[in-house]
Amino acid sequence: MCGIVGIYLKNKELNNNLGTMLAAMLAQMSERGPDSAGIAVYRNTVDPSKIKLTLFSADAEYDWNQLRVRCARAFSAEVDIEIRASHAVFSIAAPLPDLKTWLNAHEPGLRIMSAGSTIEIYKEKGTPLEFIKRFHVQDFHGSHALGHTRMATESAVTTEHSHPFSTGLDLCLVHNGSLSNHNQLRERLQRNGIEFQTDNDSEVAAGYLMWQLQQGATLEQALTSALKDLDGFYTFAVGTRNGFAVLRDPIACKPAVMAENDDWVAMASEFRAIAQLPGVEKARVWEPAPATVYSWGDA
Amino acid sequence: MTTFDLAQAPLRELNQRLHNAPQGHWSILHPDGRHCIAAGVDAPIDIEIEGHVGYYCGGMNKQARISINGSAGPGVAENMMSGTVRVKGNVSHCAGASGHGGLLIVEGDASARCGISMKGSDIVVVGSIGHLSAFMAQSGRLVVCDDAGDFLGDSIYEAVIYVGGSVSSLGADCVEKKMTAQHLQSLAELLSASGVKADPGRFRRYGSARKLYNFNIDHASDY
Repeated sequence: MCGIVGIYLKNKELNNNLGTMLAAMLAQMSERGPDSAGIAVYRNTVDPSKIKLTLFSADAEYDWNQLRVRCARAFSAEVDIEIRASHAVFSIAAPLPDLKTWLNAHEPGLRIMSAGSTIEIYKEKGTPLEFIKRFHVQDFHGSHALGHTRMATESAVTTEHSHPFSTGLDLCLVHNGSLSNHNQLRERLQRNGIEFQTDNDSEVAAGYLMWQLQQGATLEQALTSALKDLDGFYTFAVGTRNGFAVLRDPIACKPAVMAENDDWVAMASEFRAIAQLPGVEKARVWEPAPATVYSWGDA
Repeated sequence: MTTFDLAQAPLRELNQRLHNAPQGHWSILHPDGRHCIAAGVDAPIDIEIEGHVGYYCGGMNKQARISINGSAGPGVAENMMSGTVRVKGNVSHCAGASGHGGLLIVEGDASARCGISMKGSDIVVVGSIGHLSAFMAQSGRLVVCDDAGDFLGDSIYEAVIYVGGSVSSLGADCVEKKMTAQHLQSLAELLSASGVKADPGRFRRYGSARKLYNFNIDHASDY
């Protein structure tokens, strides 16, 4: 099962409504994925000298401000922090590898959910409605977003196994389906320097796209290659800093529907998620064809 | 005409009222992609749905004439027994699956697995259909005015397929057959009953080669 949604705003005047649109879509996908939920939101791009991290702590009492002070001292740099439930977004002018090393050494209990200049990822166990309330999803402003509701079939129900997965800067993927050659592919990618945090199959798909992009492929080219290298069932929605794309496997086993008008492009596992969006009455609605890459923006 | 607004009252109430209605004309507002709208109706009533519907709309329909003024999600008119389901827009996969009787008309395109395992119903698609359509179809007629996707009629039994456009590929044991006068007449009647204007003369007929009915060692490579 699982439900996925994606929204890409063509009219930037709607950026303040992104969270409302995303929350309405995610709530409709509750029955498809009651185990856990997650979102990736592209917003508040930081200065090129800085890196933005979304961090997760399983400890509800975790002292994020103390981490901010220690991190600022260690890197002699200012740290901006925004705490949201079990997650916090850090922005700091420091090299990413050094930050990772420092966090691993000093705070091994923390997980990096996303890294980049624009992306933020939040995910948690529990129903989508609980997630929306806890993370104030309606309040997000931004340019585009992905969402996922999970019914686990292939690995454990934990925050770490929840979607979306990000394995590279500002890249994010949500997946409905299951991959059958992920173990082999994971080993191949690991040999090429791609790091994974879990044994989840969808994380391998995200890692695969990252590896392709590192080789110089565009997102569209990376997804076209994925048709050849990924074996299994999938409907993917993919986000990059300025782009959004959708791909279904050649058998089109998993559902997907898309809609577009002058203001936005949306995709979802079921139309009822898209039916919530303003202006849907006049949008063009269609089912994405199998093995066909659909992309918008700088993809 | 009875109007039912799904933005104001729950789907369960609508379906319960439709199941209890012996006759009448219904207009259903704000379907908004909800699943199972007007499923399981068993009465000669007219139902018009104003917008896009989700899964299994008109499923198990018996007698009712259902019109969807929008597109439909997976499994529209699934397991229909009799009556009519007309979709003004496109339909997702498994449209008219396992239908025993009745007529499904799609004025737009149908995606994958249209008419899968149909058992005697008629399906007329004005546009194109996706891959693996009429898979294991047992009886009934599937008419496609435009093109058919890959593996059309794979492992088909006695259903008859008419295609006006091109066929990407045929599935195992599905072959093109001669269009006889009897088939031309049958197709003309079905198109007319569907309100679809198309020249029967431009259609090709496909059906079972009947080689997969029983296991035959000479045909092992077909399995």
